[in-house]
Amino acid sequence: METVLGRYRNLIVLVGVLFAQVLGLAVQVKRTNDIESTRLIRVWAVDAVTPVEKMLGWVQSSTGSVWHSYFYLRGVRAENRALKDEIERMRLEQVRMTQDADQARRLQALLGFKEQFISQTVAAQVIGSSGSEQSRAVYIDKGESSGIKPDMAVITADGIAGKVLHVYGSTSLVLLINDQTSGVGAILEKSRLQGILRGTPAGEIVLEKVMSDETVPAGELVLTSGGDRVFPKGLPVGRVTKVSQGSDLFLNIRVKPSISLSRLEEVLVVTKIDERQAEPDRSGAARAADILAERLPTVPPKPEPVPGGAAVSAPTASSTPGSSAKPAGNGQPKVPSPAAATNGTAPAVRKTIAPALSSASDASKPAAGTSEAKTSPKPAKPATESTPQPAAQDAPQ
Amino acid sequence: MAITYTSGEQVEVYRFSIPATILIPLAAIFLQAWLPLKLHFFSVFDLPLLVTIGFATARRSQLAGLFTGGLIGLLQDALTHQPIGLYGISKTVVGFGASSLGIKLDVENAGARFLLTIAFYVIHEIVYFTIARGLVSLHLEWSWSRELWSGLANAFLGVLLYALMDRVKQRN
Repeated sequence: METVLGRYRNLIVLVGVLFAQVLGLAVQVKRTNDIESTRLIRVWAVDAVTPVEKMLGWVQSSTGSVWHSYFYLRGVRAENRALKDEIERMRLEQVRMTQDADQARRLQALLGFKEQFISQTVAAQVIGSSGSEQSRAVYIDKGESSGIKPDMAVITADGIAGKVLHVYGSTSLVLLINDQTSGVGAILEKSRLQGILRGTPAGEIVLEKVMSDETVPAGELVLTSGGDRVFPKGLPVGRVTKVSQGSDLFLNIRVKPSISLSRLEEVLVVTKIDERQAEPDRSGAARAADILAERLPTVPPKPEPVPGGAAVSAPTASSTPGSSAKPAGNGQPKVPSPAAATNGTAPAVRKTIAPALSSASDASKPAAGTSEAKTSPKPAKPATESTPQPAAQDAPQ
Repeated sequence: MAITYTSGEQVEVYRFSIPATILIPLAAIFLQAWLPLKLHFFSVFDLPLLVTIGFATARRSQLAGLFTGGLIGLLQDALTHQPIGLYGISKTVVGFGASSLGIKLDVENAGARFLLTIAFYVIHEIVYFTIARGLVSLHLEWSWSRELWSGLANAFLGVLLYALMDRVKQRN
């Protein structure tokens, strides 16, 4: 007997080790959603790997930051100009959309709708992956200490990325939406058809449970439906790329995610979602006319004589020609520099009027108008008399 | 390229220092988790598997091979969201098999290592696939062509990695 045991000792040990692992696996499979039984080994593994990943991520971002901020500045001026133009364009767009949104909120309030608002997010950096193609998950550098909890939505500016699965001290495991065990409630933007978004073993995303008698065009936007109670409603998920007949009563809809899930770097974890009655938002209301008025050229203000004969100038105004005065912290406009006033260029004067318009439109600050009258010079008639008035009328009471 | 059949007494048996035994698997697991974020194609490689084969063939001890494989696999499992044991079982089998073969064959030359790595990569995938489908009910798709191409890629990397590991191994 001893000879047999000695002869097959290694084989017996192998069978024993395999049996123990299969048994452990079976216990885990039976207790679904119970990660506590394996938490210790997971914590050890994460603690062994993630500090190095964090350090490397920090070194990489610091080096990149120094390089891009101090050395590689090629094309920054042109990019800055383009961005300024883009901001101008987007401000006009924003005004239009704000009015639309306000109207929608008024209607929703009338109907007693409850809206979901993302009220708090935590920015996090992706520091590592699970290292397996069968487990499409990534690690982020924020955990329990940053208020992260399981089942919180993880998003980017362009769309959803996944949800928090396991939370550790200073890291968390995020299950991506293309993992085969993930599921997201989704809705098609135009047809309003609802379905469930699932990952495939190959890492693609499909929209399931859409009946085969429906018509879904390729290219249609897929949004979150909010039905999963993880992702707020209306976040972009991706676009339909291919629609085919499934094996059963449902369509097989392939979706291309709106973000590159294999190249995630920075993400936002939604830590708080507010659900409240929709109310029309009137604070800070602006009109497209106000924005446009800022661009109008006006006659530069005359400097007021002060005792001593010197002209009044802004205490912090720049002396560079073309530079403009900025509003003070309390909303009081400043006088443009004499050089700018003499030039009478449109940008300089435009920005002089802008604070006046914003303070006039802000009815929550009644003193603003008073302070403006005291400090700002008398702007030219066409601009001052015509433009601020509508803004003041529009201001909420 | 030929794999020579030798007796157990003829083959060299090596050992690794404690820092190498701990740090090499840890580095492999770390790189497996970190590199695919930067180089997406890297996800085709299985560095922990290559390290398991490297240790097993050098030590030529079945017990050491199965325990090293098992521990590396369990650590790899712990980083995923799947139940722990899938990689553990697969790498235990590979560790035992590679060390058993190491006793019988001379796996010192690059050609033998290349073929050995392809063979054990496929065995590893078959064991993983069987357990994942049979016990955990994961929906995996098997493709022979993909597995063979991945096996080839891993074998190329493996030959380089084993050459690096040769530098830290010590004659027993």
